[in-house]
Amino acid sequence: MKILKTISFYLLVLAIVVISVFPFYYAIVTSFKTGTALFEVDYWPKSFSLGNYYAVFQQGEFPRNILNSVFIATLTVVLSLLMGVTASYALARVRFRGRGLLLMTILAVSMFPQIAVLSGLFEMIRYIGIYNTPWALIMSYTIFTLPFTVWVLTTFMRDLPIEIEEAAIVDGATPWQIIVKVFLPLMWPALVTTGLLAFIGAWNEFLFALTFTSSNETRTVPVAIGLLSGATQYETPWGIIMAASVLVTVPIIIMVLIFQRKIVAGLTAGGVKG
Amino acid sequence: MTPTHVVSPSDKAELQSQRKRAALLFLVPMLAALVLVAAYPLFRSIYFSFTDTSLTNLYGGQWVGFDNYLSWRTLPSGRTIYRGTLVDQAWWNAVWNTVRFAVVSVSLEAFFGMMVALVLNAEFKGRGLVRAAILIPWAIPTIVSAKMWSWMLNDQFGIVNDVLMKLGIISQKIAWTANVDTAMLAVLIVDIWKTTPFMALLCLAGLQMIPKDVYEASKIDGVHPVKVFFKITLPLVKPALMVAIIFRMLDALRIFDLIYVLTPNSSSTKTMSIISRENMIEFDKFAYGSAQSTLLFTFIALFVILYIWLGRVDLSGDSK
Repeated sequence: MKILKTISFYLLVLAIVVISVFPFYYAIVTSFKTGTALFEVDYWPKSFSLGNYYAVFQQGEFPRNILNSVFIATLTVVLSLLMGVTASYALARVRFRGRGLLLMTILAVSMFPQIAVLSGLFEMIRYIGIYNTPWALIMSYTIFTLPFTVWVLTTFMRDLPIEIEEAAIVDGATPWQIIVKVFLPLMWPALVTTGLLAFIGAWNEFLFALTFTSSNETRTVPVAIGLLSGATQYETPWGIIMAASVLVTVPIIIMVLIFQRKIVAGLTAGGVKG
Repeated sequence: MTPTHVVSPSDKAELQSQRKRAALLFLVPMLAALVLVAAYPLFRSIYFSFTDTSLTNLYGGQWVGFDNYLSWRTLPSGRTIYRGTLVDQAWWNAVWNTVRFAVVSVSLEAFFGMMVALVLNAEFKGRGLVRAAILIPWAIPTIVSAKMWSWMLNDQFGIVNDVLMKLGIISQKIAWTANVDTAMLAVLIVDIWKTTPFMALLCLAGLQMIPKDVYEASKIDGVHPVKVFFKITLPLVKPALMVAIIFRMLDALRIFDLIYVLTPNSSSTKTMSIISRENMIEFDKFAYGSAQSTLLFTFIALFVILYIWLGRVDLSGDSK
């Protein structure tokens, strides 16, 4: 009876692992196949050709799309962290009237359906004249990265002991010095976590990127992959799509696996502690 | 807030007000940014929904009141014609699709998430490996998972049909994403695959907060494990589970990218976000699409308010 229990438990574990990993494994297998090999279902890698990967870099603007994504996601993260650190210090360490309401509003913004601001943002982006440039996306991504950053950093700062601040206050440090000299050195773990999660959010975003850019050179990776099509309408280049998918996913997966503890902590900080 | 012993009361008051001023200053950049990218665009979107603005004439829209939502005209023959989103068949179809998708996907994700969390909460060899494995679906960009799955669900060369045929579950190949009857199922499969890990991690965090001695006590009393789950584990993990469900629910109600790529133009999976953007950008009915996005916003806002009001969640942290 006990053996049966153990076996069924490990079968469940096996099922979880296989279901989680298989689709990505299959994408990798497919990305190495070209020509007619694509149209045979293989469970194990049989052919190995880098043709699709060459094609990804030669056709279209894919390298450019990757650069766009890196630039946009990095700048979005930096801006959100800059504004997030100071704001969360005020929200976590200083008592003032309306603080609870403000925090609620920030949380509400992070739950916004993006479509609700689409037409307003579209008009604004056209008006400023940044349509079809990376700036349109950097600006619009702030709507989901900033509230999230502020929220997680605030929960983190609130839990730091008050004594660390007291000594600095006694020494006559200004609030700005307290942030830079006292909190920043302690906050690296939280900054890495929120930075990573914000980066992933910006890297994966689709709706704004699809709507606010219109040419191949300005697209980000998700839109480029989403709109990748073959020479004719009926011929989807599955091999190339899979190669591109693998290329943009591998760095993210490696990053997530390296920082998995921090990421899990960050994901749950927003939820469970709130 | 800061009980310092070296400073006099007047100094302390001065310090307090200095801190408050600094706090205000620190909040300004963030507040300005949020007004610029969230509040103002939201206001403009709602405003557009009361005008006849079009994509080709962004700045020349005229105020039309509620016409985009509902308007009617009585013909000389005595027949009344209704117009607007609220009598639009396509819109109500999208509402129904969205609600159906959100309820089914979130319930199943909660179920599977809880299951995975319970497995990960047990002590066994290779637990770290399993936890790493379930992070993979979460980490893969939604568009990439949509493409990966549409290849796996491909009617002619897809591996899913191949497996099901070999197992003898289906007798002929199914066009999962193109078929009206299975398109929603395909979307649900991919969404559940992708977001169950998030649910599992939140549930796991909740499970790990339950003190171990609770289990030990029930073990000594010889309580059946199933009963332990329903009488002890579930009630204790419920707060964490509810937060996870609400987050996922809000996410599911605004779903766009997965459906846009996996089942484009399928009326059986068009959601509120999809149809709203379609009207706004592709059909040149900018104001009409804005009315639909405003309705979705109102719907979600009511949902959140109801939840906060019912749950009396304290988010400010002042009670701690």
